[in-house]
Amino acid sequence: MILSGADIVVETLIEQGVKTVFGYPGGQVINLYDSIYTRRDRIEHVLTAHEQGASHAADGYARASGEVGVVIATSGPGATNLVTGIATAHLDSIPLVAITGNVPNSLIGKDSFQEVDITGITLPITKHNFLVKNVEKLADTIREAFVIAKSGRPGPVLVDIPKDVQVAKCPYQPCPVVEKKPLKSAKENQLALAAKMITESEKPYIYYGGGVISADASTEMIALADKIDAPIGCTMMGLSAIPTNHPRFLGMEGMHGHYASSVGQDEADLIITIGARFSDRATGNVAKYARRAKIIHIDGDRAELCKNINADLGISGDIKDALTRLIDLVMETKHDAWMSRIEELKLTEAAQFRKVTATDRLTPYALITETAKHTAADTPVVTDVGQHQMWVAQFYPFRKNRTFISSGGLGTMGFGLGAAIGAAKATGKRTVLFTGDGSFGMNLNELATVTAENLPVTIVIMNNHVLGMVRQWQTLFFQQHYSNTDLHCRKTDFMKLADAFGLPGYRISDLSELSSVMDKAFAEDGPVLVECLIDQDEFVLPMLPPGGCIEDIITERGDA
Amino acid sequence: MERYVIAILVEDQPGILTRVSSMFNRRGFNIDSLTVSATEDKGFSRITISLTGDESVRTQIVRQLRKLYNVKEVKVMEREKSVYRELALIKLRNSPSTRQEILSAVDIFRSKIVDFSPNTLCVEITGETSKIEAFIALVEPLGILEMCRTGIVGIERGCSFLNSETSL
Repeated sequence: MILSGADIVVETLIEQGVKTVFGYPGGQVINLYDSIYTRRDRIEHVLTAHEQGASHAADGYARASGEVGVVIATSGPGATNLVTGIATAHLDSIPLVAITGNVPNSLIGKDSFQEVDITGITLPITKHNFLVKNVEKLADTIREAFVIAKSGRPGPVLVDIPKDVQVAKCPYQPCPVVEKKPLKSAKENQLALAAKMITESEKPYIYYGGGVISADASTEMIALADKIDAPIGCTMMGLSAIPTNHPRFLGMEGMHGHYASSVGQDEADLIITIGARFSDRATGNVAKYARRAKIIHIDGDRAELCKNINADLGISGDIKDALTRLIDLVMETKHDAWMSRIEELKLTEAAQFRKVTATDRLTPYALITETAKHTAADTPVVTDVGQHQMWVAQFYPFRKNRTFISSGGLGTMGFGLGAAIGAAKATGKRTVLFTGDGSFGMNLNELATVTAENLPVTIVIMNNHVLGMVRQWQTLFFQQHYSNTDLHCRKTDFMKLADAFGLPGYRISDLSELSSVMDKAFAEDGPVLVECLIDQDEFVLPMLPPGGCIEDIITERGDA
Repeated sequence: MERYVIAILVEDQPGILTRVSSMFNRRGFNIDSLTVSATEDKGFSRITISLTGDESVRTQIVRQLRKLYNVKEVKVMEREKSVYRELALIKLRNSPSTRQEILSAVDIFRSKIVDFSPNTLCVEITGETSKIEAFIALVEPLGILEMCRTGIVGIERGCSFLNSETSL
């Protein structure tokens, strides 16, 4: 059939299995929005308050579902507003297809109204991008964008479509959903070498990241840990891949990682790294990182091997397949001395933890634990960025894969509300957003979207009236110079804000109210906002100072 | 630190040079020279990059290049198995006191004079980088007025080809 470019875009999205897109209309995508209108029974469009919110929503949708998220924006400012969202997805390897309109081919390069070179701008933050100059190439380009976004190490792809290409007509033939390009299999001799290193190890430690989630390989990883009797620690991006209460699980390691996880990793003689990229937040000082250990690094992206850390053995290939084969190659072993050392570290951690949390204040810990009583195993838990994010990463009891949705690599404040919209849309389930007053202030306009769509999103704002994470650094490393981190001067009334946007708001200012107010908040059907007043000087602990190593770990406040 | 040459076969698509050079910039790898040219196949261009770095940098560059969508082949042109060439055009002061010295240098280096005017002369020299640098060092005291170099191109000797689909 002969269709316009705009129709072809929407038909191709539908053909590729896209059910929901997020976006915002504008001059150079009017045709595209007309095609969405005429197909509104086959594809849902969620209008956000701002294109950035739409990009985070598509990202949250992808993280919660494992499907490719799709976002649409107009040229110029619409396109540039996507940039932070695309970069966020890029750093965390999230499959995203961003579609932007552009000025007609004849006006490109003339600084026309709302013209920007968005393929140029997004070049370093996309896996690939396309400027489609010809309607005949449109459908195949969009299909190729899906292949690239979901194959190998996933990531964002942008397709820029000039207006005349949306108007022009050409034949369209529907195609089946594109398949992922399979990753190469890990080499057998390398796996054999890994098995040998594992056999020789007395203190093995499994350290995994988000790659295990995108490869859907947590079952295999746990099976390996069971067979070789190893503890498991993870990066922040790996959270929720295995249940927090799993006996082998030590939690996140690194800058704000669990004590037992970070110390365990330091004491190990072999670190089996799976789908993680040794970010500076995870390793601290690389010269002192894993001094006593050999490192095996298994990753889907060959370029990650020896990028940040020189592993003793690098294995590239499909993670699930590599682990399945590795399990067959290793001998069943017991490491009783090592595992009892790990138990000892857990006890030390528990004692430190009691000291920090034994208080009658309304602490982040109390708040997160109380919230968790109201959530199900499959509740998506979304965060913004800052102290609250670390507390959730540390304390929330994750039970099911893909339930922790957070901006790791880019650390995007303002990510949360958009991402929560996407997660709620993807799962159809009540979604919890933990945020701080700083992060929430960045993109709170998306409350409009939450109410417009009547989404079951519970927004828990930890309000300490400061930019807590930066304040913590200022306390520790900048002689309490609280430069521009005190928000007490802001007069934001979150209850009135909730009211203005048309959703119920609750405030918790004391520990005694916590349980009863949470009961009420979770009894609401639609969106709800809960503001919790916490102390401005709560710290995220433990903390490995930036560029530090395990000896520098701070486990309690000097002045507390 | 070692100097090496990487040949990259890329699909002839808009922006491909930017994609390649931006990767070097973004990841902090320095390029000594970069050339782009047509190849035996109309759909592909060849980018030759020469740079200085250790083995880990070289490995990382090759792997990052292979991730780029329009990049078809990446190969380190190993010195002993390859021919490297570079061309330089060097404009020198033409004066009676230096002319003879320049002409002897041109002769010894098997280069040639491609322009001659009352006050200037221009030398074209082709060869390996070391030869060109030796020539430059020789004529530098005589007054180089202007200079440009193509950067290195390289090709493997014998039956090795950059395009893995090519065979005899």
